[in-house]
Amino acid sequence: MDVAIVGTGLHPFGRFAGVSGIEMGAFAIRAALEDAGVEWRDVEFAFGGSYEVDNPDAVVALMGLTGIPFTDVYNGCATAASAISMAASTIRLGEHKLGIAVGMDKHLPGAFSADPRLYACPSWYGELGQFVTTKFFGMKINKYMADHGISHATLARVAAKNYRNGARNPNAFRRKPLSEEEILGSPMLNYPLTQYMFCSPDEGAAAAVFCPAEDAHRYTDQPIFLRASAVRTRRLGAFEVHSPWLPIEQTVGPTVDASRAAFDQAGIGPEDVDVIQLQDTDAGAEVIHLAENGFCADGDQEALVADGALEIDGPLPVNTDGGLIANGEPIGASGLRQVHELALQLRGRAGDRQVPGSPKVGYAQLYGAPGTAGVSILST
Amino acid sequence: MTSIPVAEGVFTWPADEPQLIGSRCTACGIVTFPAQDSCPRCAAMAMDEELLARRGRLWAWTTQAFPPPSPPYAGPTGADFVPFGVGYVELPGEVKVETRLTEADPDVLRLGMEMELVIVPFRTDDEGNEIMTFAFGPVA
Repeated sequence: MDVAIVGTGLHPFGRFAGVSGIEMGAFAIRAALEDAGVEWRDVEFAFGGSYEVDNPDAVVALMGLTGIPFTDVYNGCATAASAISMAASTIRLGEHKLGIAVGMDKHLPGAFSADPRLYACPSWYGELGQFVTTKFFGMKINKYMADHGISHATLARVAAKNYRNGARNPNAFRRKPLSEEEILGSPMLNYPLTQYMFCSPDEGAAAAVFCPAEDAHRYTDQPIFLRASAVRTRRLGAFEVHSPWLPIEQTVGPTVDASRAAFDQAGIGPEDVDVIQLQDTDAGAEVIHLAENGFCADGDQEALVADGALEIDGPLPVNTDGGLIANGEPIGASGLRQVHELALQLRGRAGDRQVPGSPKVGYAQLYGAPGTAGVSILST
Repeated sequence: MTSIPVAEGVFTWPADEPQLIGSRCTACGIVTFPAQDSCPRCAAMAMDEELLARRGRLWAWTTQAFPPPSPPYAGPTGADFVPFGVGYVELPGEVKVETRLTEADPDVLRLGMEMELVIVPFRTDDEGNEIMTFAFGPVA
């Protein structure tokens, strides 16, 4: 059975003093329900994802205590992909006919931190200052640049594009364009990545309403179909965050595995995609993920970025809403923000940042600790 | 001042030629660092301790230019923080270990350069002990 998305909603991303994560979740749910033209009492099931909110299902206190099955999920930065995937499976199984996936978070500023033992890493790994996600991203892109001829200027161009796109997005956290010089000249955090090349943990929420494709016309004349949804974890030999060691043998990362599985499910290839959302934890991650998801060969990013291919009006529009760099990352919500943006683009409702030519296929990828990736493919 | 290792069972020390303590799966032969009880490749519960090579080649690197969040980071912060290099050193035929580097200058660090294990002071704890850790530095 095919699955449709008939409504999406989003609480702006940024910092909102006095507004709780759960309140932002309720805001996003109401917006998605309104978009779908349904009421909370119509919703038969929900999946909710968050890092900071222990029980996203507590949002029923603000929405209505209807007794529905509401399952909380968490998979690091790929949390929303898990919520989407589970919601789609629930529809496919025929268990329910209308459900919602919601993500919400409210992080403190600064790099994420945790007890390394929770990630099966030894305590000394954290004590020595190695349990740091940003330094993994620095190492990965630094090696990638040497292996595939990517320049520092390319990293700055990617970040500048995302700030520029964010400036066109009223819901983005960072709406001020930054020049490549300002980005390269900001403090070095983890070589070669400077401060303005990284996204920041922040606050926000997003939601989407799911139903069987055959019911979609009841709710909207512009349904979006979820053509694929895949979540994968790392295999032995992948170069992953929070790894005190790696084996000599090497293999591709979970993004590659999730991407191949998703294209397989959808029965299409990268050449069929019109608008792309990639996990740009940092500018280097967007560069690498472009190849890991099959949109170019390793090293081709150098010319593609220089030629403006990743711009909204380019042949490979990436992170049209500013991505994580301009929106920040409320972990549980991030992947549903991507879906919200793709839905706007595919429905022709993206305003100032609308990809020209009536895009029909959208692609969203998430990646996070400790080596988990999610890919969703949507189409009109 | 008493010098003590950051944790027991991570490296042999004091020793003239200290080594990292890893483990090798008796079933499939994969090497891990640090030592663990189960095999991440074949799931066997039969790992033997393995002392690792002292030299290898730099496989990936970056710099840590800001103090990592504390906890879990326990080293110097604020004005006392000194940026450090971090990377993976590939020990031939064994394993790639993630490690602090004694060098943090991007103009000096190069992929493939030969690196050697050293034991260096990391911090002084509340009792005045000097906490020692492993690191890799370019072979002179």
